[in-house]
Amino acid sequence: MSVLAASRRTFLRSSLQAGGWLLSLQLLPGGGLLAAEVDANDIWQSNLFVAISTDGQVRITCHRSEMGQQIRTAVAQIVCEELEADWSRVVVEQALGDPAYGDQNTDGSRSVRRNLTRLRQAGASARLLLRQAAAQQWEVPLEEVEAVGHRLAHTASDRSADYGELVAAAARLPLPEAEQLTLKPRSEWRLIGHAVASVDLDPVLAGTAIYGHDVRVPDMQVAVIARPPVLYGRIKSLDDSAALKVPGVSKVIRLPDLEAPAAFKPLGGVAVIASSTWAALRGRQALQIEWTHGDNASYDSKVYREQLLASVRAAGEITREAGDAAAALESAEQRISAEYTAPHLAQAPMETPAATARVSKDGAEIWACTQTPQSTRNVVAQTLGLQPEQVKVHVTLLGGGFGRKSKPDFSAEAAWLAREVGKPVKVIWSREDDLRNGYLHSVSAQRLEAGLDADGQVTAWLHRTAFPPIPSTFDPSADKPSDGELRLGFNDTPFDIPNLRLERGSAKAHVRIGWLRSVANVYHAFAVQSFAHELALAAGRDPKDFLLDLIGKPRHLDLTGVNYDNYGDPIETYPIDTGRLSNVIRIVAERADWSGKRKAGRHLGIAAHRSFLSYVATIVEVTLDEAGNWQIPQVHVAIDAGTVVNVEHVRAQCEGGSIYGLSCALGELTAVDGAIEQGNFDRYRVARMRQAPRAIDVHIVASEAAPAGVGEPPTPPFAPAFVNALYEAGAERVRDLPVPLQVKRRQRA
Amino acid sequence: MKLRVNGKEQVFDGDPQMPILWFLRDELQLTGTKYGCGQALCGACTVHLDGAAIRSCSVPMLAAADKHLTTIEGIAGDHPLKQAWRDHHVPQCGYCQSGQIMQAAHLLKEKPRPTDAEIDAAMDGNICRCGTYPRIRAAIKQAAGAGS
Repeated sequence: MSVLAASRRTFLRSSLQAGGWLLSLQLLPGGGLLAAEVDANDIWQSNLFVAISTDGQVRITCHRSEMGQQIRTAVAQIVCEELEADWSRVVVEQALGDPAYGDQNTDGSRSVRRNLTRLRQAGASARLLLRQAAAQQWEVPLEEVEAVGHRLAHTASDRSADYGELVAAAARLPLPEAEQLTLKPRSEWRLIGHAVASVDLDPVLAGTAIYGHDVRVPDMQVAVIARPPVLYGRIKSLDDSAALKVPGVSKVIRLPDLEAPAAFKPLGGVAVIASSTWAALRGRQALQIEWTHGDNASYDSKVYREQLLASVRAAGEITREAGDAAAALESAEQRISAEYTAPHLAQAPMETPAATARVSKDGAEIWACTQTPQSTRNVVAQTLGLQPEQVKVHVTLLGGGFGRKSKPDFSAEAAWLAREVGKPVKVIWSREDDLRNGYLHSVSAQRLEAGLDADGQVTAWLHRTAFPPIPSTFDPSADKPSDGELRLGFNDTPFDIPNLRLERGSAKAHVRIGWLRSVANVYHAFAVQSFAHELALAAGRDPKDFLLDLIGKPRHLDLTGVNYDNYGDPIETYPIDTGRLSNVIRIVAERADWSGKRKAGRHLGIAAHRSFLSYVATIVEVTLDEAGNWQIPQVHVAIDAGTVVNVEHVRAQCEGGSIYGLSCALGELTAVDGAIEQGNFDRYRVARMRQAPRAIDVHIVASEAAPAGVGEPPTPPFAPAFVNALYEAGAERVRDLPVPLQVKRRQRA
Repeated sequence: MKLRVNGKEQVFDGDPQMPILWFLRDELQLTGTKYGCGQALCGACTVHLDGAAIRSCSVPMLAAADKHLTTIEGIAGDHPLKQAWRDHHVPQCGYCQSGQIMQAAHLLKEKPRPTDAEIDAAMDGNICRCGTYPRIRAAIKQAAGAGS
């Protein structure tokens, strides 16, 4: 069940060619193969990403999930640029989950950076075929055939034709080789790098856009699940008699107990199957369940925080070292230390997880708001004992993702239940489910120590971090920060300090740990950038100038010998360029009028951080009243993300990523007896209109460097810039998140 | 019971305690109104009941008897708010935006020229996790200007 066969269009002449074609699309092109033929619906599927119908409509396939970053628009912009198609005649189709597309896991801020060239080639390939078709038909040299504005033209003979008119002829031509493709020079880009309105805007405003919760298939049942409140907890006893009396409830089904590792498996518990959402919710309320909580019932976040602090107060395992930090600390003129803690957070997308499954003896079909249709396919196949090829995964729009929906557990639940029920089942998660049974952003503790010389220069730096790691979700014995997480704002600390030592401490997980927008960068940037501010004040320096000095001269950071994978991309293409980090700091300071405003008594905090290969500096301005109530009148963000596809998207991500960073500073999930206490937005705080910055100024550095991440990098610097500003405004230093809505003011001397 | 939804008469004979949200979504398939919290804490489910903004996840059907409900699907595409949302590229994921627009429409009906503080107060119950708040503010101000 490849995506090709699964689509309505069968256009390849043989499975042998299909195999060759799929391979070729990874590399583009597939030499020697016949491209395609026009199908019964008069559509020519030129390649995986481009189809053109005989009426000239261009259909561009987006293989990445749309969760607000406007990737569907960006993919279309890129393809359309090289295809020279008329934007008003382009529609975007969402790809099924299929390895033919390459990676589809829409996380890690990599949709553009890993696909820009490929998608340009896809557009250029279709365009070349159209030109070749015209040249053949008109019997003129290819070089004299232009393709611009959805039309093919031969000026000398005054002939022209709409793309649609050449579709049938183009479909009979062999696919071009990569070397035959000429990509447009950057100077001629009219779509890439510009603001283009979202292709999904009108359906969203009309209320007709389809998200995971909105899926409806014939004969569908709705399911909600009472999951164990404690990870690996089990059902001791169940009385479902009252639930079964609720009108509309048809079945109550016990899910299998969860065996470690949790991974992406259903958590277990009891599902209520009903003809409507309301009946399912009422039925679940009526369940009488006694749980056996198991070992994780000992988890108490207050106690655990002390354990994490104990972990970072002792020597840990060294993960990066230069010089002799211990000796340099001993001999320092001034020695400063601080400890920072951050609680568990929930991704809490506005749309909670939802998946619909239809299972037959031949396979399964899933409709889900998933960030990761391929692992959804694999996990559903595992759950049902099928081959991945037997599972078809449709990706709806996502009402936010932030990492939660890159875990396919909810689709596994729906698939398992659909088979049990013998009808299609839609599983929806309530907000309480989302907050209490999620994959939590990790709780963390960090200790930093620095030594300053008589001139206020930092000569020694010791940083220890401890947090239960994401790999614990897949292997419960994993009990220390993983290499993968330490690459996120810890091992890649960009400061130019001669004596530096980084250590990790142990931390056992008691809940499912998962990734959240920018992952460990959130708490690492919080600690490092807060501490930099503390040191600046101790040295009596301007915090911005001090930060620039800490970063030092422009250079490519050499992490030889350090476990570092540079977000999976080559360090040659994406060096850790401290000059670019310093550059965004200088730009943001200028745009914020850093010096002028500080002289005028305004309260500004600054932070800068490289993540997902992009460089972001943020200045937050706060006001603080006598009672400690804060407001954020203005935020400035400067981002260097290399080549960008849509400046409006980048601006929106910098605004939204900053506000997400604010929420990361305000939120807190706590556990008592192994269960998460907060169940809804009354106790789990996220930024609301009143807390939101009144204005966010975004500067995008004009760059021809390789494209880098955009969705995540604006988040990490926000919280430290915010708490630094609060301190400047007279608040006590916030080292332990969350930041309350009313902070304590420092006693005036 | 009878009620009107976006001007059209509807009949409902189910559980009168069922929140309006599920009637709209499950029975009428008007899925533009969203579930976000189920506790009137996030505003994603905001609709108008006889012109007033309500959280449809927490108001039972019995409160809608013989009344008029308006949902996002009932707001014209050229409404000044929808136009302002377009002009300011407000939506990111879009999930909360129907509730935001319904809340903003109620605000502008009550206060055609809202101050910043009035916008904050009126919109504080509508959460947007994508963080479109500054654009929502700007769009409301634009629509307020257009409506005068």
